[in-house]
Amino acid sequence: MSQGATDYASPHGLAGWRPAEVATDWISRLGGLVLGRVAALGDISLFGLRTLTWLLTRLPRKETLLPNFYQIGVLSLPVVALTGTFIGMVLAEQSHSTFRYFHLETRLGGVINLTLLRELGPVLAATMLAGRVGSAMAAELGTMRVTEQIDALSSMGANPIHYLVVPRFLGCLFLIPTLTVMADFMGIIGGWLYSTIRLDIDSHHYWENSRKVVGLYDVFSGVFKSLFFGAAIALISCYRGFNCDPGAEGVGRAATSAFVYSFVMILILDLLLGILINTVYHYLWPEGVGFF
Amino acid sequence: MASERSNPKAAEPLVEARGLCVDFGRHHVLHGIDLVIPRGQTLAVIGESGCGKTVLIKSMIGLVRPTRGKVLFDGRDLAGMTEQELSRQRVRYGFLFQQAALFDSMTVLENVAFPLRQHSDTPEGEVRKIVLERLAQVGLPENVLVRKPAELSGGMRKRVGLARALVMDPEIILYDEPTTGLDPIMSDVINELILRTRRVQPVTGVVVTHDMNTARKVADRIVMLYPLARLEAGEPQVIFDGRPDQLEAVRDKRVAQFIRGEAGERLMEMREQAQASRA
Repeated sequence: MSQGATDYASPHGLAGWRPAEVATDWISRLGGLVLGRVAALGDISLFGLRTLTWLLTRLPRKETLLPNFYQIGVLSLPVVALTGTFIGMVLAEQSHSTFRYFHLETRLGGVINLTLLRELGPVLAATMLAGRVGSAMAAELGTMRVTEQIDALSSMGANPIHYLVVPRFLGCLFLIPTLTVMADFMGIIGGWLYSTIRLDIDSHHYWENSRKVVGLYDVFSGVFKSLFFGAAIALISCYRGFNCDPGAEGVGRAATSAFVYSFVMILILDLLLGILINTVYHYLWPEGVGFF
Repeated sequence: MASERSNPKAAEPLVEARGLCVDFGRHHVLHGIDLVIPRGQTLAVIGESGCGKTVLIKSMIGLVRPTRGKVLFDGRDLAGMTEQELSRQRVRYGFLFQQAALFDSMTVLENVAFPLRQHSDTPEGEVRKIVLERLAQVGLPENVLVRKPAELSGGMRKRVGLARALVMDPEIILYDEPTTGLDPIMSDVINELILRTRRVQPVTGVVVTHDMNTARKVADRIVMLYPLARLEAGEPQVIFDGRPDQLEAVRDKRVAQFIRGEAGERLMEMREQAQASRA
């Protein structure tokens, strides 16, 4: 049966140009896009809810947990340590040029360590891990989806969320904050070494000022944020892997989009949690702690 | 001859599709499928690529949810079960996937032992014994136990997949294109294994295939599906349902062409469509 010509005129020339039709077409496409996004948001929320339900129903076995913890935690140590050290050194180098202008070089310790613990440590460590751990998880689960291994799990009466997502979620939830502490520590060491050796800042003043400015609440706020970053990376990456399109291209796209969406989510969460943490801080200590 | 092998309790249905419709977005794959598979029967579902055979077999185990209609397993609606209940019922199934779908991070031993470890507390020594038994049943030696799926040939992977499907002594085995991509000898080995499995235990089977040798050799009953897009409105999607020996007598041109593997006017149609889309 041959397909008859549709009533759309040729794209050349203005004979068939119908502005109303073009506009409705455009609006319907926009509507479709918005609906798609809203549906995806609902879908990922349900995915998260199912993960939490399975997490509370039954903990995965040790044999499934340990390899994931090893992949996420132990194998990420070198890159996270390297990232941390360099953030500390870059912070020292960049703030020094500004602080020297005001003759406030001795206050460098405070600003480096505060920035590290509250912002850059958690955010950059999470970004690094979204790239290393998140993309790998999306690619692995995506390949499993494409080669029907996820269906095979279901067909044998194992729940894929319980078996594949919960261990990865737990790994990210516990180990990303732990790795953030590691990044913070390496950053503090890097910043201190760079300041004292390369920038000739007195070690005593450096630590004295850090002690005055940085409190336990700052350490807590960074680690608290990284808990959410870890959960977001795990859920987004596993979701992208589970909903992978067929073929090598689909797996590639799942891995890339897992990183991009995780990164955007890290930035959004960083802002929202930052507001929450500051509000709680001002509520608890209305006087605040002065920087200078 | 095939029907003589069937079980005395054959009248009792194990899997039943009632008005089954499956759509993926705007794409309609299955429409109004009514199918009763009695216990002990081996059914072959044939049809060209893209006619919905795999979707049908996956909906029989609840991997694909029906858009409308339902699939009953042992009298219970699969879509109405909770995730936990569905997981429990799936122990009664064995599924051989098209590409075997072995877990590539695990060894052959871990793959075949997976359902056992998941659903029972069988001691490790016993697990190894059962796995070896199942591997021997599909003609694989002990030394494959420690190998990873990537190190095996296509035929070996399929046989490991079959061993894994058999390990829990299922009541029904679903085979998704069991011989696709295999050489003629290995295809016949798989056919023989399907037959031998039936002889050993009275298992129900559904074989999705477009290999007529397999369908004729292993099935008691053959059902042919036709792609929805090629049907006129109101025509049923199941265009043949009967015993293998009834196939030759069928007058329907579509069935006759398929079993003889003739393209007929299909190439002309494709050319016309391609020209129409260019115009």
